[in-house]
Amino acid sequence: MSSAAKRRRRALIYQLLTVAVLAAALTVLVRNTAQNLRLRGIPSGFDFLFQGAGFDIGDSLIAVAAGAPYWQALLVGLVNTLRVALPAIVLTTLLGTALGLGRLSRNFLLRSFCGAYVEAFRNIPLLLQLLAWYFVLTDLLPPMEDAWRAGEAIFLSKSGLAFPVPVVQGGKWMLDLPRREGLGISGGGTLTPEFLAVLLGLVFYSAAYFAETVRAGFNAVPLAQKQAAATLGLTRSQALVSVTLPQALRLIMPPATNQYLSLIKNSSLAIAVGYPDLVSVANTTLNQTGRAVECVSLIMLVYLCLSLATSLLMHWFERRMAWR
Amino acid sequence: MAIARKTVVAGPTSLAWWRENLFPDRGNSLLTLLIVAALVWGLSRIFDWALISAQFRPDAEACRALAHAGACWGVIAEKHVQILFGRYPYEEMWRPLTATLLLLALLALTFLRPRGRLAAAWVLAAAVVLTLMGGGLFGLSQVGPERWGGLPLTLLLSLGGMAGALPLGVLLALGRRSELPAVRAVASIYIELVRGVPLVSLLFLASFLLPLFLPQGMGLGVLARVLIGLILFAAAYLAEVVRGGLQAVSETQRLAAAALGLGYWQTQRWVILPQALHLALPALMNSFIATIKETSVVTVVSLYELTGALSLALSGDADWRPFFLEGYLFIAAIYWLICFSLSRASLRFETRAIPLAR
Amino acid sequence: MSASALRLAPLLLALLLSPLARAGKTLDAVKARKEVICGVSTGLAGFSASDSKGNWLGLDVDICKAIAAAVVGDRGRVRWTPLNAQQRFASLQSGEIDLLSRNTSWTLTRDASLGLHFTGIVFYDGQGFMVAKKSKISAARQLANAEVCVQSGTTTEKNLSDYSRAQNLKMKPVVFESFEASLKAFFSGRCPAYTTDATSLAAILQKEARNPGDYTILPELISKEPLGPVVRRGDDEWFAVVKWVVYALIEAEELGITQANADAQRASANPAVLRLLGVSEDLGKSLQLDRDWAYRAIKAVGNYGEIYERNLGSGSTLKLPRGANRLWSKGGLIYAPPLR
Repeated sequence: MSSAAKRRRRALIYQLLTVAVLAAALTVLVRNTAQNLRLRGIPSGFDFLFQGAGFDIGDSLIAVAAGAPYWQALLVGLVNTLRVALPAIVLTTLLGTALGLGRLSRNFLLRSFCGAYVEAFRNIPLLLQLLAWYFVLTDLLPPMEDAWRAGEAIFLSKSGLAFPVPVVQGGKWMLDLPRREGLGISGGGTLTPEFLAVLLGLVFYSAAYFAETVRAGFNAVPLAQKQAAATLGLTRSQALVSVTLPQALRLIMPPATNQYLSLIKNSSLAIAVGYPDLVSVANTTLNQTGRAVECVSLIMLVYLCLSLATSLLMHWFERRMAWR
Repeated sequence: MAIARKTVVAGPTSLAWWRENLFPDRGNSLLTLLIVAALVWGLSRIFDWALISAQFRPDAEACRALAHAGACWGVIAEKHVQILFGRYPYEEMWRPLTATLLLLALLALTFLRPRGRLAAAWVLAAAVVLTLMGGGLFGLSQVGPERWGGLPLTLLLSLGGMAGALPLGVLLALGRRSELPAVRAVASIYIELVRGVPLVSLLFLASFLLPLFLPQGMGLGVLARVLIGLILFAAAYLAEVVRGGLQAVSETQRLAAAALGLGYWQTQRWVILPQALHLALPALMNSFIATIKETSVVTVVSLYELTGALSLALSGDADWRPFFLEGYLFIAAIYWLICFSLSRASLRFETRAIPLAR
Repeated sequence: MSASALRLAPLLLALLLSPLARAGKTLDAVKARKEVICGVSTGLAGFSASDSKGNWLGLDVDICKAIAAAVVGDRGRVRWTPLNAQQRFASLQSGEIDLLSRNTSWTLTRDASLGLHFTGIVFYDGQGFMVAKKSKISAARQLANAEVCVQSGTTTEKNLSDYSRAQNLKMKPVVFESFEASLKAFFSGRCPAYTTDATSLAAILQKEARNPGDYTILPELISKEPLGPVVRRGDDEWFAVVKWVVYALIEAEELGITQANADAQRASANPAVLRLLGVSEDLGKSLQLDRDWAYRAIKAVGNYGEIYERNLGSGSTLKLPRGANRLWSKGGLIYAPPLR
């Protein structure tokens, strides 16, 4: 047998061996799990999704009827995750870009301030920042009776930020104003302190990383480009917008995508401050139904889909930018 | 018209520096003045809150009287033992203290002067630390892992997680670069799967599902389960870091090794991996720093490392509960010190990461 | 590479140091280990809380001590494992603990679908609300639209949801995954109300509130919460042992046997007393224990009444009246099947 044929056969054997070992390990795992579940009398399957959920979710965008099934509760959790992650992505991009550009500024104080911000927020764990924000929002804000008001329409208190929302009533557009009713606020929209803590924590933390990405991107644009722009008579800001920015953007996109993905995954820490995101709702479901395997795999599946969707979206965005 | 030019070497002592960096033009001068004004206002208020009006004695009544106008550092004076060491038995506090100092010292040494010989020191230190914390030998009373907490637990989880994840990450990186499609597929699927899910979900997997995966009658403690979850998570990210290092090693190295008659594993062990790991060193150090921060997440599965220990120490005590902010600042300072020092130390290696091969 | 491989050694050591528990023949394992691994709460006054020296006290704690005394012979041979509300069932299912004595409510779902068995009821409780006095709320009806702090992983959430719908109060739960976080939020003023079992509320009021006079517990009990120890399914011997130790303590109160007079009672004229204490008959053989099991349990912690008074009643700072937790013969619900 020729040496090439021997190598091919060896390669085949190694691969078959790898697959066989993995398959064996998986079989053992699955068999153990099935046996353990049977011994403990825990049923399997996703039928629990259609049973009535034993809990309400206090902070949700879509109205859930009383006694709604678990799948609706999980959907609300997913919506809550997106509700905090998407604005966080937008705000992170804005704040991070500002900080990144600040670090490149000619002004020493601005450079130092942005640098200090980045070094400070990057080296403190995100969970700690979330908890600190939550404490600040719930301990230092006034109770609802003494809420800070902006006019009659906006309240800021321990119960969150209440603001008017435009609604259609009787065929006309109206402003639904928040007002005190009983012990709470009804009407208008509310951003709970839990939501605000997660949003602010995510934004301030991720902006520090985003700033570094922006700075690296701008620094990577060759000096020759900036010099050429100067030679052409462009001012600093004109050069920035027309020459440096488009090139830097292309360099920033891939790491920025990674950071958006990280942000979405980091939003799962919302469970620690009581914000009912997907992980939090799935955790409650797990505790109430005992279906550990189903719930954990559901969480992982949903996050994988979110990651995939974000990657694809950013990839499409990158291609569109390249066409310009 | 400003041509992009390199900054003049003169430092803040020369007038030219001041003009260039603070008052180059009208807009920037205004900005400088605004920032100075904001800094003066902000720093004076922070200074006042943190130092002048602050209360340093562990006196809960005096702290309450401040009504948040000044910081209550007395809460740190009162609770620092519980915050730093968790639920460890009070009489044996010297043990986690010694363990922590030993680990921090060895960590500093590793980041300042990484040498292969340090590996033996680490193994010895690991044995000493585990004996100190766990007890049961040399006349030390036994303290189960469920009572370990605070800073020693943070360090143990980060170091243990990194130690376990590195071999697995190397295997996955090699697998992903393998010519065998089945092996490549398996490694890629694992890496992409784990990188696409949050750490919390893997900790849930380790916490709730691992006991199901194990055969009937076998059990693992909480610490071991969480450590496995951390290792599974970190290994996927480390695999990508190591893969970057592997890609940077020149192909000629592999060819030269083949010419010498070395097999695949021999090549990897003696030629490729040492170079790859050397090149990837700064990124590996960054991964370790990230792992230290990620260990704070284990609070969610009730392992009371530094962040969780603060919660335990203050939540249960009605007198000190309003002073969480001072507690947060305290442990933020600890995390910041450790992470910032390590990242500064690792910066020195980024300049050294030149390819060894031509 | 070998250095990295050597770094696995600490991991192996950590694994060895972790408790390897057995799920299956728990009674044999407990006897072999000579120790009971008991899952308790992370700190709830009256039920299971540790003092600054690490000593555990409470009703649930005393039940575990009684079981240790009955099975192993020494009430000190217990390994206490504090668990929060999310981990408690997983810990029991996985074999990490032998029994869960952690103010856990007996419900159909928990009994039927989690692979666990409730052994009996040691405390009849109900869910209530706690509010700050300055909110001027005196009844649960007035909590319309209120945000209520709860801890996740408990029956509390479902009861709150049911009650809110039944009374059309539109209460909004603010859910925290840790007990400490939920308390912190309530006492910082985040929610006007806090809800959990009424006895836990009393304990929280005493121990966690800075100024207990600032808060009040509303009179309504919105649910039934029978609390009792829990064991794994599929282990009938251990199930029987735990169940009957609890009943023995209740029967001891009925028969007038106390911790102090247990020795003297061994010479009693009452045949039921002699049977319970193992003097005239060996009830322990069918439970795979020796004949003095009940005697040791009573000697270790006293009868049910003494346990109650020491932890929740007149001998404690909570001073809760026995209410539904009196003996059946005194108008309460505590009843033990006959030990014969």
